[in-house]
Amino acid sequence: MSYFEDIAIGQRTELGTHTFTAEEIKAFARKYDPQLFHVDEAAAARSHFGALCASGWHTGAVGMRLFVDTRTREDDARRARGEQVANYGVSPGMRDVRWTKPVYVGDTISYASEIVDLRPVASRPGWGLVSARTTGTNQHGDIVYAAVGAVFVQRRPG
Amino acid sequence: MPKLYWEDFIAGQVVEYGPRLVTADEIKEFAAAFDPQPMHLDEDAARASMIGGLCASGWHTCSIMMRLIVDGFILNSSSMGSPGVDEVRWLAPVRPGDRLTVRASVLETRASNSRPDRGFAKFCFDMFNAAGTRVMTLTTPLMFGRREQGDVQA
Repeated sequence: MSYFEDIAIGQRTELGTHTFTAEEIKAFARKYDPQLFHVDEAAAARSHFGALCASGWHTGAVGMRLFVDTRTREDDARRARGEQVANYGVSPGMRDVRWTKPVYVGDTISYASEIVDLRPVASRPGWGLVSARTTGTNQHGDIVYAAVGAVFVQRRPG
Repeated sequence: MPKLYWEDFIAGQVVEYGPRLVTADEIKEFAAAFDPQPMHLDEDAARASMIGGLCASGWHTCSIMMRLIVDGFILNSSSMGSPGVDEVRWLAPVRPGDRLTVRASVLETRASNSRPDRGFAKFCFDMFNAAGTRVMTLTTPLMFGRREQGDVQA
């Protein structure tokens, strides 16, 4: 992670892509969101969605996975160059989560993240709060998912 | 229990669901798949982090909340999913051994302006551990089919 001072509003990072299979859509939904249109192809075909589609929580969680993987890769590269890596802490929350289109079996979603807000935190000296909008776009170019999440990031020491 | 349609959700209704036990294994399994940060995967690393011990991913907490309300009333309803979530706040860590309950409050309802077959009910879902600490609050409009089709505004 960059230090808080090195992050700028508007910075955009491509997080990578994920193709949703029927098996993983149903596996996630059986654990956490077993509505028929997420677990049963025939019932989903009769629903307003028209076909099996991923739980919105699944779509968002995959974006989180790609976000963490990207950050880990970037931090490994920084360490390899001998650079300092900033710590990051917990997230106080997120807002404006939008599931704008269904994610169907076989859809490939491209995730990206853009910095939208930077705030020093009076109650946590040494930390800043970074807000980023994550979006997911399907293979047709349609945005299927968006959310603005916040995370505490370490300020540059000294 | 009769199936719930949009008409059955009334502002001011409050119902509680759960509890559900959260285990360390489940926290780590979810995190390995979707949020592989040390504070969700490894007890020792978590102790050294800002959060002070192993805790569930916020996405995991949201997913557990979803399962509690799906079992609680969604499967017995004309649910058509949700367009999104206005706000989620993670207020306190969810730890191994926590027994989580959800308090579902209907804030407001409105018929769809464009589709006569559906309407929205905006819910606040507050999640608590057994000590009564509120660990998460979340506000979301849920979409439900209507028992009887309504008029559509031009």
